[in-house]
Amino acid sequence: MNKQLLSGDEAVARGAWESGCMVAAAYPGTPSTEILETLATYRDVYCEWSVNEKVALEVALGAAVAGVRSLAAMKHVGLNVAADPLFSSAYIGVKAGLVIVTADDPGLHSSQNEQDNRFYGLSAKLPVLCPSDSQEAKEFTKLGFEISEQFDIPVLLRLTTRVAHSSTVVNLEQRVSRAPLGYEKQLHKTTLLPAFARHRHVDLEKRVVRLQQYSETTPINRIELNDFKLGIICDGVAYHYAREVFPNASFLKLGMVHPFPAKLALDFADRVEEIVVIEEVDPFIELHIRALGLKVKGKDVLPRTGELNPGIIRAALTKNTPRPAPEDDIPNRPPALCPGCPHLGIFYSLQKQKVIISGDIGCYTLGALPPHSAMDTCIDMGASITFAHGADKALNNADPRPRVAIIGDSTFFHSGITGIVNTVYNRSNVITIITDNRTTGMTGHQNHPGTGKTLMGEETKTIDIAQLCRACGIENVIQVDPYNLKETRKVVHKTLAEKQPAVIISRRPCALLVGKQGQAKAVNKEKCIGCRTCLTLGCPAISFADDKAVIIATSCVGCGMCTAICPKGAIE
Amino acid sequence: MNIIVCGVGGQGVILFSDIIAHLALAAGLDVKKSEVHGMAQRGGSVTSHIRYAPRVHSPLIEDGTADIIVAFEQLEALRYIHFLAPSGVLIYDPLRIEPLPVQIGLVEKMPDDLLNKRIAARAPRRYPVEAFATACNLGNPRVQNTVMLGAVARFLEFPVNLYSRVIKALVKPQFIEQNLQAFAAGSQLIPPPET
Ligand SMILES: Cc1ncc(C[n+]2csc(CCOP(=O)(O)OP(=O)(O)O)c2C)c(N)n1
Repeated sequence: MNKQLLSGDEAVARGAWESGCMVAAAYPGTPSTEILETLATYRDVYCEWSVNEKVALEVALGAAVAGVRSLAAMKHVGLNVAADPLFSSAYIGVKAGLVIVTADDPGLHSSQNEQDNRFYGLSAKLPVLCPSDSQEAKEFTKLGFEISEQFDIPVLLRLTTRVAHSSTVVNLEQRVSRAPLGYEKQLHKTTLLPAFARHRHVDLEKRVVRLQQYSETTPINRIELNDFKLGIICDGVAYHYAREVFPNASFLKLGMVHPFPAKLALDFADRVEEIVVIEEVDPFIELHIRALGLKVKGKDVLPRTGELNPGIIRAALTKNTPRPAPEDDIPNRPPALCPGCPHLGIFYSLQKQKVIISGDIGCYTLGALPPHSAMDTCIDMGASITFAHGADKALNNADPRPRVAIIGDSTFFHSGITGIVNTVYNRSNVITIITDNRTTGMTGHQNHPGTGKTLMGEETKTIDIAQLCRACGIENVIQVDPYNLKETRKVVHKTLAEKQPAVIISRRPCALLVGKQGQAKAVNKEKCIGCRTCLTLGCPAISFADDKAVIIATSCVGCGMCTAICPKGAIE
Repeated sequence: MNIIVCGVGGQGVILFSDIIAHLALAAGLDVKKSEVHGMAQRGGSVTSHIRYAPRVHSPLIEDGTADIIVAFEQLEALRYIHFLAPSGVLIYDPLRIEPLPVQIGLVEKMPDDLLNKRIAARAPRRYPVEAFATACNLGNPRVQNTVMLGAVARFLEFPVNLYSRVIKALVKPQFIEQNLQAFAAGSQLIPPPET
């Protein structure tokens, strides 16, 4: 057998490939991004970066109904964007299997919230599979396609960051190709007119009952009997943490948490003296156990926030001596914009301006932190423009500050265009700055409609953001080069003063894509007067020692922005 | 075996951890390696947990149970020091990289002697390894991680030839020679383990 170390994401991709998956669509988002990045390297699956998650799910659904196994992947908040097709997909069902991967992020390692997407399964009435490691991530992906076809329903595969980004040993198997089933019109099934949808709902409830029976007997929901004093019920990676802390306990390990295997849980409860539910974030399993009238320990002692780990479980449920505590008061190391990042230039131009700035999500969100401090909000993708519009309607002339929205290029394509159209249609004076670094930076440089390349490396049309904004009705569209600080500043200040609808496109490729641009700069100690102006740029390659600026030569990419702002010409 | 690897985004913590995990796999053991990427590339603090044994459950190491902590930077060594088992070994690069808030004067720098004292107080068995300086001398600061690997190898039980095999498998072809050199240089930086 061929064993390999794969991350959970890589294992899902492998599972999809082995299952004969033919179409996969996603929008990047940590911790799910590597699923499509990996799957695209197996050349026999069509893979795409869709414009957003709603699009990705609809693409995968279209492909599944048209007869090939398909997959859509997204981070947890992406499923909010895709929630509309998600609910409908349960009604219409599939033809070939459809697996929808949601990668949740307990601990908010790189997300704006900690939502628990198992509840989407409950709400949309979809089966939910929760793997605990990479081997299961692969197996459950394959099983997901089978369940999907057997019960004519999409399957939700829920990863968490710890599963998606841990590498564990996986047994590889070969791909089993499947003949496409072809498209066949089934009006009553796939057209959710109210009259048809009513029947589809009745049908869905029947499918859920059958899935419930499946959940009671599937081997991925299993009892591991050991010491009968303590019975632990868990899913996902929590199973491995719990095994570590309670090696002798009995376990009900759930791979499929929805529909919930109630009889199995009752049977388990009969065999043990005490039940503890160990699960991350919300009490999903616990609610089901409590609904059965069973007494259970769970979120009364375990946290609802953050990731679990063996230490937290040990502290909450055992009387063991406390483990060593971390040192406090170590200076934090927050992420920062990179040396030479083009976003530095645009934030520099916004310094000390009296403006209301609604931000968006991407690397540029770091502009909210000092020394930039040039952002007031970060809510969800696309919310910058719409938030600014709402604030404008609330404030009217009562507040003289211009309303500015800052949004990245990938985010703009994801969900900024509708916001722009809304500002034009509903007549607000929002000034939108699009930080166009020619890539999806935050998630590791994925292509998007503005880059001219697809996920599979093909050349494609480059969609011109300026033209698009003009077509949406913005008359004042200006492009600037953020490295040209003087010009950028002039344009930004002038536009702010006008308080008219405008789009400023700050365009320059991500510094990580470009690499070294010239020789590292150095500070002329004679000329440096220690005024700290260079520090206001917020470039991590600039430091201070003995009251003089210091450029860290190994970090500096030679972009020259600091040279331009030094009032004494001391950076050469 | 429980190993924590920590450092600053861009220092090569992840490749280092990959190599250790693949060594364990090649030695026929169960292995789990867990790290959180995402914002890592943006200069944040990066940690990786590696566990290997005949059977491993939790991908995360519990506080106070790491056999080895490998730190690519001193503040990071202190940040994760609570993972160290009482008998555990800290292997750290005495390099300092100040976080941005310190660089721009928003947060005070921790004095060198205080940092050293605090590390010493919590890690009786510790080995400073000038991996970054050695890498610079070799002409490529980016091989800091393989220099470190050479030093850490003294504390692991993998056969020597396995290292070059795994390095060759995981490093881009054009960098293999440099990395093998760095590994050899690193293995000279720590005295042989006490018997
Ligand atoms: C709905 C949703 N999908 C995906 C993400 C993950 N994500 C955060 S920012 C971002 C894109 C950032 O790209 P861009 O707007 O180009 O800005 P950059 O990071 O390049 O500055 C993505 C995909 C998210 N937070 N929310």
